[in-house]
Order: sequence, then C-alpha cells, then structure tokens
Amino acid sequence: MIASFVQLAYVLGTVLFILSLSWMSGPKTARRGVGAGVAGMALAIVATWIQPSVVDHLWIIVPILVGVAVGVPLSRVPITAVPQRTALSHAFGGLAAGLVGTAEYYLHVSEGPEHLTKFRVGAIVLEVLLGFLTFTGSLMAAGKLQGLRWIPQRPVTYPLQNTTNLFLLLVAAAAGVLLVIDPTAAWAAYAFPLLITLALAFGVLLIIPIGGADMPTVISILNSYAGLSAVAMGFVLDNKLLITAGALDGSSGLILSIIMCKAMNRSFTNVLFGAFGQVQASAATGEQKLYKEETIEGAAQAMEQASLVVIVPGYGMAVAQAQHKIRELSTELKKRGVTVKFAIHPVAGRMPGHMNVLLAEADVPYTDLVEMDDINSDMPQCDVCLVVGANDVVNPAARHDKSTPIFGMPIIDADKARMVFAIKRGKAPGFAGIDNELYFQDKTFMLFGDAKGVIGDLVKQFASSGMH
Amino acid sequence: MPEPELVAYQEVRAPEASAPAAVEPKLDYWSMLFVFVLSTFIGIGVIKRVSRLLHTPLMSLTNAISAIAVVGAILVAGGDFPVEIKVLGAIALFASVTNIVSGFLITDRMLKMFKDPKAGKQGEAKK
Repeated sequence: MIASFVQLAYVLGTVLFILSLSWMSGPKTARRGVGAGVAGMALAIVATWIQPSVVDHLWIIVPILVGVAVGVPLSRVPITAVPQRTALSHAFGGLAAGLVGTAEYYLHVSEGPEHLTKFRVGAIVLEVLLGFLTFTGSLMAAGKLQGLRWIPQRPVTYPLQNTTNLFLLLVAAAAGVLLVIDPTAAWAAYAFPLLITLALAFGVLLIIPIGGADMPTVISILNSYAGLSAVAMGFVLDNKLLITAGALDGSSGLILSIIMCKAMNRSFTNVLFGAFGQVQASAATGEQKLYKEETIEGAAQAMEQASLVVIVPGYGMAVAQAQHKIRELSTELKKRGVTVKFAIHPVAGRMPGHMNVLLAEADVPYTDLVEMDDINSDMPQCDVCLVVGANDVVNPAARHDKSTPIFGMPIIDADKARMVFAIKRGKAPGFAGIDNELYFQDKTFMLFGDAKGVIGDLVKQFASSGMH
Repeated sequence: MPEPELVAYQEVRAPEASAPAAVEPKLDYWSMLFVFVLSTFIGIGVIKRVSRLLHTPLMSLTNAISAIAVVGAILVAGGDFPVEIKVLGAIALFASVTNIVSGFLITDRMLKMFKDPKAGKQGEAKK
C-alpha cells in the first residue's frame, strides 16, 4: 500500500519536474516553474520519509533544520555573487551524491554483500567518482569566482599536466574496475578509499588550469556532473525519480555547456585541457597602436543625437557594479527619444545568462535584452555602440585573424556600428592578452576609467543638460 | 545483447541461492537504463526551449531539482544503520536540503526581477 503510494508520488514528482523546466521557456511562465519544482520536491521528500525503513526521524529533522538555516541566507546573496553560489551548490550536490554512495557501499559490504551486484557496484563507483570530483572541482570554481586569495585566479599550468591528470583518472578507473570485479575482496578495503581520494584530487586538478573566461563552460559541465551523479545514485537505489531528475539536470548542464562552447568556438576538450589564457601572453607584441580618447561631453552629445544606441556589457560591468548606472543612462537616453538595446553575448560574464540577471536586477526590462544573433543584423543601423567592460566578445580579430586564440568565436558586430565608445579601465590588453582591433578603428573612441564612474559621469552630463 | 549481463548477474548471486529465503529485490537495470535514456532526451528537448534570458535562473532551478539526492540521503540517515553510516547520510541530507532551499528561493528571487514593461506600467514603449 505504502509502496504504491510512494511510486505514485515519484511519478507525479517526475511530471512536476518536467513541467517545471518546460515553464522556464519564457519569463512569463517561469515563476510557475519554481512552484512546480517545489511541489515535486515536497512530494518526493514526504514519499521517502513515510517509507517503513525510515525509522530514525531525529536524524532527518536535524539535518533538514540545519540545511534550511544555511540555505536561506545562501539564497539572499547579492546578484553579483550568483556564479559563486551556483558553483557552491554544485559542490553540495556532488558531496551529497558522493556521501550517499560511500554509505551504500559500506552498508552493503557489512550487511549484505549479496546486494553488491556488478551493476550496482559499477553505479556506486560512478556515483562516488562523479560526486567527489564535482565536490572539489566546484569548490575550486567557487573560490576562483569569489576571488579568494589562496586560490590562484590565473590558470595554473605545469609540465605534463594533462598526462598527470589522465594518469590519475586511469588509476581511479582501474580501482573502480577492480571493485566491480570483486567488491568484497581484501584489497577492496583500500581500493574504495583510493577511489575517493583520487576523485577529490582530480576535481582540484581539473579546475586549476582553467581561467575566468572559461567559467561559464566549466560551471555548466559541473552542473551536468552533479546531475549525472544523482542518476548514478538512482541506479544504486533502484529509484527512478532520482534517475529522471538527475537526467534532467544532466542534460541541462550538457546543453548549456554546448551553447557556451559554441559561443567560444571551442571544444569541450579544449576548454578542459587547453589552459586558455596561458599561451597568448606573447601574442601581444607588434607595433604600439594609439588609442583615441573622447570626453564625457563629446560622448554624451553623440549618444543624444543617435536614434539607436546598443550597449554591449561584459564581465567588466559586473566587476565595476555598473549595471544600475547603465540603467539610469538608458533611461536618460530613452527620455530623449533614443532607442536603447543591450547586446548579450552568450559567454559574457562568468556563467550562462549572467548579464541578463544583472541587468534585470537593475530594472532593465527584459525586452531590451537582445541575444547576439538577433542584434547583429541591426548593428549596421546602430548609431552608437557603447562597450562596457566587454573585450574578446567584440574583437573583430575573431573573424579573420587565424593567429588569435579567439579566432572563429562568434562576436557581437560592434565594429559595424557607425560609432563606437569603449569604456576600459586601463590601457592593458584584455583577458586573453590580445589587443582588441575594435579599439583602434577610426570610428572608435575610448573612455578610460572605472565603468561605474564613467557612466555615472555620462548620466550627470545628461541630467545637467536637462531637457533640450 | 542482454545475455552476457544476465549471466554475470546470476554468477554473483549464485552462492547466495542456497541461503534461506532472503527475498532479494531484483534490480531491473534494463528498465532503469530506459528511464535514463528517455528522460535525458526529454531533458534535452525541454532545456533547448528555455529562453537564453533565463539561463542563470535555469541553472539554480536545476541545482535545486538535482538535490533530489535528498531521497537517498533520507533513506541512509533515517534507516536502522550503524552511526558512521547515518552520519554520512545526515551530512548528505544537510547538503541536499541546503541546495533545495537556496536553489528554489534564489531562482524565484531572480525571476521576480525579470520585468515585462507591458505588464507593469502601460505607458512604456512596446517595440
């Protein structure tokens, strides 16, 4: 009786999770999606809790209370800290899967080795491997995103790095295979802890060579791993709700990573093993080119006379916290009859959709946020393009210069606008260490300074000029 | 195709067959694989239709959903097992509940920020 109810609840849970993700297709239905997700999760928890094998309720209530106590503050972090929070929750997801896998293994070894079929041990090995490598990998990613001092921000590379990683992975795989062959053998007592240790180490080693610009892809891949470890747990526990929910999460991470990779014209392997940002330091040689600067007054005047202004935000906007000032600027321009659009590159920022959330928080209506593919056809009609803290995503060299590491990456065609203003903190080249051709075009003018300060000055300029 | 797997399964279970009737639930791993493959395809189809605008909230929502690991954690923490095992389950339960709570709450918080000018003030531009 209870068993049927539990299965029914799990089926309903699956339906609710699928609906939840379907409703994310647009901002109008998305909040309903959260409701469906909450309902599905509540059903799953209740259905599991009432099972007869669950006898020790205090052991459930206390962790839940602690989890709520930690989870609520974690949900109130500033929007700029969302990438870190996301990475941290991937870490928690991986940890949960890894620990449950470990518990299942030792439970079966001591109480019922006959349950350790090859299939189940294989699933436990996968669950533990994916879970623990996601745990440390995501912790490293979160640390990098948070800018913790003891975690290197720049990619860390050393000789034979990929060989070392591959070797570790092979040893882990060998330990896993041995466990599958005979999970109760004497050496299994060593093989299992070895597997855990290697998974933990591998997670760290996988992330240290990865630079900030690759974070959107890496976060998506870790998202996928966290989902797959839940799938493995479903295989271990013979629980189909775990499999479906984990597969939904896994495929979401997969799709996002594919989108991110396409947006950088790079492959998975290249992101994970390419150590971007390392090799290119030497590429910035060549003749010293000169920037043309423009004053705040001049820039304000040009924008005021424009009919279409396209703003291209990048990670620099997030760093400078310039999104609120940008919204004020767009309001001032709209008051003067100027059309303002925001061009969003898929990999701008540190996670998928990062720019959209930041601008939405600053009250920019989402109808003004335009994807790269849709805005590019309008760029020749754009009178003024304002680049705020974006660099590689507007570098025309990506179209023709085969020697640049960003060659082939789809870009926002800022160079096709009639006039370009670029806000830049200093005169040093961008993240990839390459000069941006856009900055040296005849029609490009630089506004040097902190993005928030420069845009604040522009807003003041409009405010003081009053209505005209 | 299923043949070799089946043999392997029986091999492992063979010694136990003589033991007195501990009725063991048979792992139906083929249907689990089916469920996995089908739900992956559903996932891909559904996620492809998600607006790019919402990729950040999507990720925090899937975070919360993949904390379905809570099911496994409850079974381990609440079962009649040795304390060491239950501790692992309790930590996993804490981690999952943290993800569920913070994941759903922050997704909703972010989604509230996406404003449609038409729905709010009627006066704003409709382009």
